[in-house]
Amino acid sequence: MRGSLAGAAGAVLERDLLLALRNRSDAASLLIFFAIAVSLFPLGVGPDPALLRSMGPGVVWVAALLASMLALSRLFAADYADGTLEQLALAPHPLGILVGAKIAAHWLVSGLPLVLIAPVLGLQLDLGGEALLMLAASLALGTPALSLLGAVGAALTLGLRASAMLVPLIVLPLCVPVLIFGAGAVEATASGIGAKAHLALLAALLLPSLVLAPWAAAFAIRIALE
Amino acid sequence: MRGERRLFGGLGFSLSAGTLLEVRGPNGSGKTSLLRVVCGLLRPAAGKITWKGRPIAELADEFCAEIAYVGHLDALKPELDALENLRLAARVAGLGTAPGDSVAALRVFGLAGFERLACKALSQGQRRRVALARLKLAARRALWVLDEPYASLDAAGTALVRATLEEHLLAGGIALLSTHHEVESAAPSAQRVELGP
Repeated sequence: MRGSLAGAAGAVLERDLLLALRNRSDAASLLIFFAIAVSLFPLGVGPDPALLRSMGPGVVWVAALLASMLALSRLFAADYADGTLEQLALAPHPLGILVGAKIAAHWLVSGLPLVLIAPVLGLQLDLGGEALLMLAASLALGTPALSLLGAVGAALTLGLRASAMLVPLIVLPLCVPVLIFGAGAVEATASGIGAKAHLALLAALLLPSLVLAPWAAAFAIRIALE
Repeated sequence: MRGERRLFGGLGFSLSAGTLLEVRGPNGSGKTSLLRVVCGLLRPAAGKITWKGRPIAELADEFCAEIAYVGHLDALKPELDALENLRLAARVAGLGTAPGDSVAALRVFGLAGFERLACKALSQGQRRRVALARLKLAARRALWVLDEPYASLDAAGTALVRATLEEHLLAGGIALLSTHHEVESAAPSAQRVELGP
């Protein structure tokens, strides 16, 4: 008697989405942080449209990266503290898949909203229509990679003191390639070169993390539970 | 081993169908660690655990499909209500989830009328009952591992757990539980392990 794997993964996904729905303020504060971080740059560097236009892609991407770091410390911490992770580890299903479902829920709650709101924030940096679309597209490919890499960091720091500070220190260096090709895609579009190569590289970063990160996080979780 | 401290050693037991093993000992004697070793959550420094003659590390998910573990943590989400918690936990663990089962399990554990109340509004003992209600859905899991099942339960709750355990043992199940309470054994045939401080 073990039930179906899809049923178990679906239940993990449903539980985390339901919790996000009950704790709406968490997702909202993340979005507000993102909006404020992006809006600070025109205030700080001055309202010169040419300058903002050239900085825009990088600014939005860096802000998205920092916002996604903020959400990471929550990913496994509550489940670790209340015993839910023990039950996941004892479920008769591969832990990597269940952790993958958790990461998917995390991205839907903390990554997807950034993708959707980014074009609106790009407007105030004077990005053109095509660049705005590319901004959303590059974030749509890049933020899942950020969630996946971040999950490994979050799992490695489970049960440690000051893990909220430690996770970005571990994860940010790993996220540099995603940032370079994500912001690069938007810049390339804005300057008319075309962003196919950048998007291909982003996808090439996403695929291995999609395959490997959940298992690496699951392995770290098993160690944390000992 | 926890840290540098050796908790217990030279411990050996085997359980056959229909038996209950009670692990007793003072705080810090390693009851929880022993149960976690049996479940496979904790690797023993030395020794091995076998299930039907095969080491559990080899069985992995196959062994997980035979056990039901209720730890000292309730694994409940405070923002979800009792029924949501139970249903989702049962689906993750792959327990039988016919539509009415979860409601019936909660009712047996004296939580009729509390099904749709967020768990943060429940008392400690009621939350413990919600966690233990999972056992009602796990009747077909051969091995139950319960860490301090009586903690924060009142007399009626304790009686409920014992009745549930008896039913499980009669059906040929095996149970392993830890307690420091001076509660009577749930079954007259119960075996005991006493862990020293």
